[in-house]
Amino acid sequence: MKKSSLFSLPYIVWSFIFVVIPMLLVIVFAFTTTDGQFTIANISQVSDYTPVFVRSIWLAFIATVICLILGYPMAFIMSRALSYNRRTLVMLIMLPMWINFLLRTFAWMTLLENNGVINSLITLLGFKPLRMINTQGAVILGMVYNYLPFMIMPLYSVMTKIDNSVIEAAQDLGANSINTFVRVIIPLSLPGITTGITMVFIPAISTFIISRMLGGGSNMLIGDLIDTKFLGNAYNPNLGSAISLVLMVFVLLFMSVLNQFDTSEEKEGMVV
Amino acid sequence: MENKIIVKLQNIAVDYDGERILNNINLDIMDKEFITFLGPSGCGKTTTLRIIGGFQAPVEGDVFFDGKRINDLPPYKRQVNTVFQRYALFPHLNVYENVEFGLKISKLPEKERHIRVLEALELVNLKNYDKRRINQLSGGQQQRIAIARAIVNRPKVLLLDEPLGALDLKLRKEMQTELKRIQQSLGITFVYVTHDQEEALTMSDRVVVMKDGDILQIGTPQDIYNEPVNAFVADFIGESNIIDGLMHKDYLVEFCNDYFDCVDKGFKPMEQVQVVIRPEDIKIVKPEGAKLSGLVESITFKGVHYEIVVNSLSHNWIIHSTQFVEVGSLIGMEVTPEDIHIMKRMEEE
Amino acid sequence: MTQNKWYKKLYISTILAFLYMPIAVLIIYSFNGSKSRTVWAGFSFKWYIELFQDKLIMHSLLNTLIVGLIASVLATILGTAAAVGIHAYRNKVLRSTVMNITYMPILNPEIVMGVSLLLLFVYAKEQMHVPVELGLITLIIAHVTFCTPYVILNVLPKLRQMDKNTYEAAMDLGCNPFQAFFKVVVPEIMPGIVTGFLLALTYSIDDFIISYFVSSGATQTLPVTIGSMVRKRISPKINALSTIIFVVVLVVLLIVNFVGAEKEKASMKKVKGGSFR
Repeated sequence: MKKSSLFSLPYIVWSFIFVVIPMLLVIVFAFTTTDGQFTIANISQVSDYTPVFVRSIWLAFIATVICLILGYPMAFIMSRALSYNRRTLVMLIMLPMWINFLLRTFAWMTLLENNGVINSLITLLGFKPLRMINTQGAVILGMVYNYLPFMIMPLYSVMTKIDNSVIEAAQDLGANSINTFVRVIIPLSLPGITTGITMVFIPAISTFIISRMLGGGSNMLIGDLIDTKFLGNAYNPNLGSAISLVLMVFVLLFMSVLNQFDTSEEKEGMVV
Repeated sequence: MENKIIVKLQNIAVDYDGERILNNINLDIMDKEFITFLGPSGCGKTTTLRIIGGFQAPVEGDVFFDGKRINDLPPYKRQVNTVFQRYALFPHLNVYENVEFGLKISKLPEKERHIRVLEALELVNLKNYDKRRINQLSGGQQQRIAIARAIVNRPKVLLLDEPLGALDLKLRKEMQTELKRIQQSLGITFVYVTHDQEEALTMSDRVVVMKDGDILQIGTPQDIYNEPVNAFVADFIGESNIIDGLMHKDYLVEFCNDYFDCVDKGFKPMEQVQVVIRPEDIKIVKPEGAKLSGLVESITFKGVHYEIVVNSLSHNWIIHSTQFVEVGSLIGMEVTPEDIHIMKRMEEE
Repeated sequence: MTQNKWYKKLYISTILAFLYMPIAVLIIYSFNGSKSRTVWAGFSFKWYIELFQDKLIMHSLLNTLIVGLIASVLATILGTAAAVGIHAYRNKVLRSTVMNITYMPILNPEIVMGVSLLLLFVYAKEQMHVPVELGLITLIIAHVTFCTPYVILNVLPKLRQMDKNTYEAAMDLGCNPFQAFFKVVVPEIMPGIVTGFLLALTYSIDDFIISYFVSSGATQTLPVTIGSMVRKRISPKINALSTIIFVVVLVVLLIVNFVGAEKEKASMKKVKGGSFR
């Protein structure tokens, strides 16, 4: 072992105290009662919240699919653009990400509210106002809006590595645009697809404030549930830990399933 | 060689970034020939190839294939296949799947595909590599797969864009022979792009020398080497001694303060010309009585011959000879009239 | 493939409109004279003035900057040292264990990170009597924890790209290991360190979820304050704040983009001079 490996010691100590131990605490709390006795009651109580879990998974799933459909062509266009246009597009996609997501979500509240901007336009045109805020649709919209760049950027970074001559080779061998897309571009961008899905699905399934702002009280998600167990009125850190643990395990399983599709050895574009 | 024209380029011009990079190119490519575009980088040889392949559209002029105008035909509908510069193999497919790609697209039955893929792999001597992944292959093997992937579709014309550029010298030599063998056994047209003059001369039936978007000369390797049209071609095709001269009359040229007999004619009297003499055409003789003489500046052993630099009248001559001479010694040089090539003076750039 | 077909342009414009429409609305209404979010009551800077007079917002802005700077500096030092150490590991098991722990704060849902740290701080105080109160210290600790992995992941590739022999060459030329490290290794990996630092700073300033769990009512960062304001729904001050943030980010990005484009141009010219095709 080389001496310079000792440089990592402070970090190892730090992450043991502030990453590993907290995780262990979550597990310990999940399996104990308030006075420290072992129990599985918390875990079994999580099943009471099945509808919340189902709703969270469902909304996150739809948001991820929409992000993929909306973002994939964008990433491809960006990756094939001339370098000047490319820079501009990357900047335009990234710029909203630098504004706190609370503010961006707040903007959608302004737009979607019953007497908000969109509805006043609609009434101005003589139609009946729509009910948009406090619906599941609004929550999905908020997720897509906030996480779309997380889908585009990893896709883009993988696609820039696809050599133009590979695409030309496919055409040369008789593949038209559709064939080229299905047989060459999609398989080669698979690592970006899996990374993009991970980066949208995980924050979407665990979000807790977007749903409250745009979905109202009736569309509670897992995140909101955990929040109420720790800082809210339904204070119960043991049950909260159990819910967190279930969420964590679900996310882990999800990622390992997704990794099966990713044949590349290295994780690409994981960190934007 | 047959006389049928397979590809015809007519008045082709191409612009890039507002600059004209191909100027009024006219070229007939014959069926079953091995034709090479030769020139320095930036001369437009790759662009010409891409026009034939359909990856680039000319701003002016027409492309004909087998007599039909194909300007607007997309690459995937052309009966032409390309071997790309850096191979452009599909990294997500294995060797077999790469070669099979084009056949699958054209919906050939599985059985026939199998036969043809194996045939193609055999032709490039990589029969048992079908299950390999692309990144497990060496550069030379990837090169062969790229060739197999193209020829398996039985194109009438195969385009090769500097296919040996990334290989080391020894492998390059091997592949040159290999390519020639493949071309002959398939009996199809090869259009080859290279900046390596030796490669062009050894493999081609005809060579097209290009510079700055123009075709300078088209001819057999022998023509190009022996009768270059100007000093640029002469210099690009092998090393040359290029000296300014004066054409007194037909068959008589003056350079280096002396008169020489030559075999060229048809210049204006007293026209300024350039005289091209190949290094291997200069004979080393005794200085006494020789028309040309000079001091040996350096001598380098090159394997088959010595490369000798001789300074004469402040001009450095290069001589290739098997004879050894001492550095600093005075030697004479002799050239026969047939080895003196007279060219029109090129415009200064 | 690169032709600009109309449907391509339409698609790009739609996506960009989707991304920017809400921001545009925020900016417009930040100049609205009334509190209403629908009625336009004339142009006014009222909300900007109120914003700067809001003690809570200004105080949490200060907190954000303090936490952001301290945490990202600490994370950069800790992360760079860690990357150098990890790079030297020969033991595969150790290496993958440490790397998995490094990925954890990035891949774990943020809310789980937040509650786990909250549990730790509460547990330490109540069960082990460690004198720790939720506030600046806990915020800094939490931020260092989730920022350090980004530094490590940006420095490690630079270390891998580095020619191993340069370090040895430096020692061969008379440097001791420390000199060799600071004179040869650090300059080589500097781009990674800078990117890591900037990422850490951005993530720290932007973080809401984790900060929400480890801050107290008295000591909040700006995003946490925004969070509590946003829940009350009405406050045009938020619009003014968003506008300021947007303008600042836009200016910074434009400068970065401009500098980058100039650099690219310069290097393009070099390439063109060499070989133009």
